[in-house]
Amino acid sequence: MTETSVYERLKSAIESYQPAATATVVRGDAVGARIVLIDGQVSGSIGDAAFDEQIIDRMREHLAESRSTTESIGEFEVFFESFPPPPSLLIFGAVHVAQPLAAMAKMLGFRVVVIDVRPKLATAERFPDADQLILEWPDVALEGMTIDRNTAIAILSHDPKFDEPALLGALATPARYIGAVGSRKTNVDRRQRLRDAGVDEESIARIHGPIGLDIGASTPEEMAISILAEIIAIWHGRPGGLLAQSSGNIRARV
Amino acid sequence: MKELLHDIDAWRQSGERVALATVVKVEGSAPRPVGATMAVSDGGNLAGSVSGGCVETAVFEEAQDVLATGKPKLIRYGISDEMAWDVGLACGGTIEVYVEPLDGGQ
Repeated sequence: MTETSVYERLKSAIESYQPAATATVVRGDAVGARIVLIDGQVSGSIGDAAFDEQIIDRMREHLAESRSTTESIGEFEVFFESFPPPPSLLIFGAVHVAQPLAAMAKMLGFRVVVIDVRPKLATAERFPDADQLILEWPDVALEGMTIDRNTAIAILSHDPKFDEPALLGALATPARYIGAVGSRKTNVDRRQRLRDAGVDEESIARIHGPIGLDIGASTPEEMAISILAEIIAIWHGRPGGLLAQSSGNIRARV
Repeated sequence: MKELLHDIDAWRQSGERVALATVVKVEGSAPRPVGATMAVSDGGNLAGSVSGGCVETAVFEEAQDVLATGKPKLIRYGISDEMAWDVGLACGGTIEVYVEPLDGGQ
């Protein structure tokens, strides 16, 4: 980032959740030369047009895989850094647990959206970290959203007339994680009601309920950690559990 | 870098110049992955990390030099056992850290 403007532009892209990538020469004659890709727009140059084109193709490939790496290309050693848009967490139910959940999810880099119909609960005072507060019923809120695989959904209200439309709506999306709060019995009953309503078993199997990893969570803060730990594990295809009792890479491969 | 934006902005607003150190290559086992960043200001502030704490002090000094000269540099930290408590990585890996001025130096 040899120019202020590159930093400012990257910062603005990151803060507005636009995909961005940089390619920087880190060894060789042209150290510091850089190409920047923000939301599909290219600026900067490393070599001639054909060489830049080759670099830009690699930038797109790495960004698609959310990968940062250094490669030797021609006479240059080039560091590719990817800034993919962050995952989103949709929280249905602006309840007590939702507060530490929203705060901790922001700390982890999620874009956080909180949805509830109760104006007393879904307030900016209670959710200072949330990117968006939506005061609507779940089906209405979901209509206005584009939900992709980079989305986790936590359904927390404990009220079936809010939770179930949220669940039905969530199951109609490709969200990578759908968790629903409630006791073991609540979850058995809920699954039966969904079955009775004609939801297929494959969809029902997508629901993580009771929500969270089994860490004995009881306070809202502990529950938030349990839920986020489960989401991180799902994101990385890991089962959760103790590292001391498993083998293999500690870190997920990026 | 995402997690450092807040600190970087605060330092710059108070008139400090900032260098960014990024892990660009990892060989073997290393405490932090490629892409890990640490920001350093000429006012002596430091945020983030490029290793678990092994080489941060050395990177801090390199960053001051980068801010003084305005020239980016690539530094390799590797590791012999005798060095492990000096400026090496205790866990035996090798990392390359690219340090650059955020605002062009001078």
